[in-house]
Amino acid sequence: MFYREAGDFKTSYQDDNQTFPIKFDRYRYYFVLFVAFAIIPFMINDYWVNAVFLPFLIYSIAAIGLNILTGYCGQVSLGTGGFMAVGAYAVYKLMTIFPEVSVLIHIVLAGVITACVGVLFGLPSLRIKGFYLAVATLAAQFFLVWLFNRVPWFYNYSASGQISAPERTFLGEPITGPATEAWAAYLVCLVFVTLSAIVARNLTRGSLGRKWMAIRDMDIAAEIIGVNPLGAKLSAFAVSSFFVGLSGALFFAVYLGAVEVGEVFGINKSFLVLFMIIIGGLGSIFGSFAGAAFLVLLPVFLKNVLVGGLGWPTDLAAHLEFMIVGGLIIVFLIAEPHGLAQLWRVTKEKLRLWPFPH
Amino acid sequence: MKTKLLTSLLAGIVAAAPAFAELTFSSLSYRTGPYAANGIPLADGYADYMTLLNERDGGIGGVKTRVIECETGYNTEKGVECYEATKGEGVLVYEPYSTGMTYQLIPKTAADGIALHTGGYGRTSAKNGEVFRNVFNYPANYWDGASGAINHLLDINGGNIQGKKVALVYHNSAYGKEPIRTLEVLAEKHGYELSLLPVDHPGQEQKSQWLQIRRDRPDYVLMWGWGVMNQVAIQEAVNIRFPMENFIGVWWSGSENDVVPAGPKANGYKSLTFHGVGNEFPVLDEIKKYVVDAGKAAGAGDQVGTVLYNRGMYMAMLHSEAARTAQKMTGNSDVSQGDMIKAMEAFEMTEAKMVELGLPNFGPSFKVTCQNHGGDGLVAVAQWDANAGSWNMISDYKQSDQSVVAKLIAEDSAAYAAENNITPNCN
Repeated sequence: MFYREAGDFKTSYQDDNQTFPIKFDRYRYYFVLFVAFAIIPFMINDYWVNAVFLPFLIYSIAAIGLNILTGYCGQVSLGTGGFMAVGAYAVYKLMTIFPEVSVLIHIVLAGVITACVGVLFGLPSLRIKGFYLAVATLAAQFFLVWLFNRVPWFYNYSASGQISAPERTFLGEPITGPATEAWAAYLVCLVFVTLSAIVARNLTRGSLGRKWMAIRDMDIAAEIIGVNPLGAKLSAFAVSSFFVGLSGALFFAVYLGAVEVGEVFGINKSFLVLFMIIIGGLGSIFGSFAGAAFLVLLPVFLKNVLVGGLGWPTDLAAHLEFMIVGGLIIVFLIAEPHGLAQLWRVTKEKLRLWPFPH
Repeated sequence: MKTKLLTSLLAGIVAAAPAFAELTFSSLSYRTGPYAANGIPLADGYADYMTLLNERDGGIGGVKTRVIECETGYNTEKGVECYEATKGEGVLVYEPYSTGMTYQLIPKTAADGIALHTGGYGRTSAKNGEVFRNVFNYPANYWDGASGAINHLLDINGGNIQGKKVALVYHNSAYGKEPIRTLEVLAEKHGYELSLLPVDHPGQEQKSQWLQIRRDRPDYVLMWGWGVMNQVAIQEAVNIRFPMENFIGVWWSGSENDVVPAGPKANGYKSLTFHGVGNEFPVLDEIKKYVVDAGKAAGAGDQVGTVLYNRGMYMAMLHSEAARTAQKMTGNSDVSQGDMIKAMEAFEMTEAKMVELGLPNFGPSFKVTCQNHGGDGLVAVAQWDANAGSWNMISDYKQSDQSVVAKLIAEDSAAYAAENNITPNCN
């Protein structure tokens, strides 16, 4: 009834091409932004930030990054964990070498450094495709983790090989280190997520995104109509790695505060982010958020219900959690192989016709 | 979904909220995943001792104890979630049984003013209490372990290990890397050759490391392993017929669960320890009587008397005695998080006290001071007897080489203090 384009007249091309052409959608988007920026920061505590919001927001950035590469450009990557590690170690080195520069600049620079590394490991994609490319990116994953474990310069020669984020402030308010207030950490991540999503959304519907999608759908046809595969694939690797590096930097500096590369950025992380975009929906920004929410929030929710609510033993709850999450993944993928984003799209189509379907 | 999460969370807090004063302890356990074989007995021992105090004595000084268990799976992200979820409930001391998690919790607990105890693991330089005010790692740490292993090698070689080849097989993480620096300094001092063989998490794949050991033929192999890595390493050592008595694990690589899978050929494997082994202690009978037989055991009740169960119980004993010290110091039966830190800093464990608690000759006597949060570094060696299926002590407690360890601790803690703008002090 409310959700329809009838009566919502557009008088310019600009209006017609906006991200949310339906008025209801647009207001919903503003409402979400309003709640996220103006209401949540006043209501959250340490638990909500560290257990729920920070992982959700940071994994969303990583999922957006991987979605650009895999969902939009069709290049399967298993190197996400390794690239997140590049972001984390880059921000650590920058924070310790240039302590006087703002950490926000360092986080962005860490993304840029990761983009360069990503392009380097993206070069083989010009020759190899599909599963074989997945194996090549897997090599990146193992090589990068090995490198950060092996070369003491990366962890400033500390005895344990751990890196720990020193305290850094923005406008006098600490945003890394143990003294960080819950709302400050949340807002930093939220700003990065919002900007990432807006940039990614506009990149993917511009000429660059169309090139990526042309390569994804059929690379030979794309080449014939004038898309340069070198430029398209490498730009996808660069942009994707930028976002993944950003998420790695936030993951280390703002969220965990201390990181051990093998444990935190191992192959499991690559799979986790890949599953997020598969469950959320390939080639969809909303899908990145939905997938991250599904895989981050559901285990926490289940744990709270089973252990906190029902008082079950922790080991039983942990095992059940695996079974329930695994079962739900299968159910969702059978019900809708194109992910949560497609479910959402179908719902919206139905809502447009409601209450008078044909 | 978020509202549901909120309601369930609130329901959880309301349901768990204490009706009257309680002494709250936390158990960040891991009963699932590749480290579960070691995590289960530790968590069982901890919870069972606290239950014993409630059942037998009605708590500590008349106040009941409560253990909040939270499953981490030995994963730092889940560990953060567990810490944030439990810290608001007045937990007196955290014991994460994970060096990676310890590194994360050191700054967090310092900011929140909660004690962190890492007995036999964690950041070694936390022994310097002037820098790490709220972190304690008594009775022994990794560098004591490294030095203790070398001391044992010196003992069996008549004091001279010049030119011997020693290999270190270690978990490629903060935990496994901790002893390297000490072993390197000791190598210069005693003239042995050290080779390093990292094993990546979770440690099921060690073929190449043991192939290298077979090729290089080191005289001794030391191991810093945990979880499934231990079982695999001991099995691999058996497979290449490495002499077991020359294979020494740190105290985290020396439980029944690690050696039993390799069968009779694991006979003779050695492990360091900082507390007694076996099930001959009176307190274990009491646990059987009041906890296991009464159906109140945390786990299946089948772990009583194993090495790691004893260690979990030992940690519970140290924590509960610290809480008792806090009660004496303040005169209140209720203990705050700040009181607990002060009590742990003034903590003293004597043989008389251990006899009274049913743990005669179980661990070393030590006294904690502000300058020394780590005890005296007394390390003994135990050996596995596969036929009897038990660990036996084969040496007395011996102090680690303090001339080396103390200097390294001073260096590392000074570096931490400089990085984090801490002025070492005792106020």
